[in-house]
Amino acid sequence: MASQSVLNLDLDLDLFAGPFDLLLTLVLRDDVELSEVAVAEICVAYVEHAGSDPSVDLEAMSEFLVLVSALCELKSRLLLPGEELEDVDDALASAEELAARLAEYARAGAAAEWLRRRREEVGARLFRTTPPALRAPRPRDQPLPAGDPRGLVAALTRLLTPPPSPDLAHLPKRLLPVRDFLDRFRRLLDERGTFTFDDACAGLDRMGQAVAFWALLDLYKRGEVRMAQVDPFAPIRIARAAGLLLDRDEALDSEASEAVA
Amino acid sequence: MAELTHVVEALLFVASEPLTLAQLADAADCSTEAVERALDALGERHADGRSGVVLERVSSGYALRAADAAAMACARLLDRSPDRPFSQAALETLAIIAYAGPVSRPEIARIRGVSADGTVASLSERGLIEESGRGDTPGAPVLYRTTSVFDRVFSLAEGRASLPALDQIVPGEADPDALRDRLQAVAAERA
Repeated sequence: MASQSVLNLDLDLDLFAGPFDLLLTLVLRDDVELSEVAVAEICVAYVEHAGSDPSVDLEAMSEFLVLVSALCELKSRLLLPGEELEDVDDALASAEELAARLAEYARAGAAAEWLRRRREEVGARLFRTTPPALRAPRPRDQPLPAGDPRGLVAALTRLLTPPPSPDLAHLPKRLLPVRDFLDRFRRLLDERGTFTFDDACAGLDRMGQAVAFWALLDLYKRGEVRMAQVDPFAPIRIARAAGLLLDRDEALDSEASEAVA
Repeated sequence: MAELTHVVEALLFVASEPLTLAQLADAADCSTEAVERALDALGERHADGRSGVVLERVSSGYALRAADAAAMACARLLDRSPDRPFSQAALETLAIIAYAGPVSRPEIARIRGVSADGTVASLSERGLIEESGRGDTPGAPVLYRTTSVFDRVFSLAEGRASLPALDQIVPGEADPDALRDRLQAVAAERA
């Protein structure tokens, strides 16, 4: 409910002189033409009134703002040109809204007053208010799924058991040192002067051939051998770097003679 | 029986919020009827004036609080006022939430005519109100409702059901028609 300090505000306007609540009533009754009321002068009067009162009542100030805002809305609608018929309806609607709002606020104020008296009646209420540390309530309304709960435990246990480490015993531990192939190729060069990769690595598996080729590349990098291959996938012929490699035709002839032999 | 009374007393002592009959029975591993009998015995022992701790019934269950005679000493220990006052804005906001809740801040502001942000935050911090979901209106504003702390502070044994009906406490002029008639009557006298 609007406080008495607001409703009893004495106004001395050109159009009206008296308390603020009377002005509101006359506006609601359309006995005073709101378009002629200087709302700004009402505000000035209230500011002077508030300035003369040393106590600051924020609630009263807020209520005054609400009431004056409603008056401004009413007046602005009345002053808009060309919508006179609608303006009348809107003004009446705003007046109804103002009355309804005052009534609603009055109900809240009365309830607040009851709470204030109740608080005085019951006095101080001191009790423990720290956050609860109670255990979570048992979910009785959530039945367990059908079946033996021990089955769930067993399944969970199986999931949590780490699997055994894989047995690698069937994998032979092989060591193929590059150095062995380096020695082997150098020995062949000493004995033959030249040879083919396929001849030197006959019988080796893929891993052995890979390591042998690695050793061959290492010899080439060191500058100890030269290599030649006449066609893709043709035999790779190796010779000492200082020695002579057969040219393409000679290589083919040699392969043919070896094949014949 | 005496042993169960002691158990129930201990449960209420360690709890920081009201306990329901079901909670007490569950913790004490007995029937609710047995707990009710124990509570009756406790109520006699812990009535105001007989003990420094009073058993009270609130909407959400049963709880212990300091007796009125000990309130001042407890307040000194806790370094706070035993009857911390409520501002008019706080009382109005509490009233709106208690009677119209769950209600949003914009709705509170609409009824009061002023912003309720600060008041709602303060009441929430004091534990008197709490969030209660979101509304269906545009923007889905947060809704607020009163808490069991509110029930205990205002000694509302049945919670909001203990609040009086508005037509019992609101003056007749709060009705829009009555308000308009009253204002017009005043105008007629002064015009």
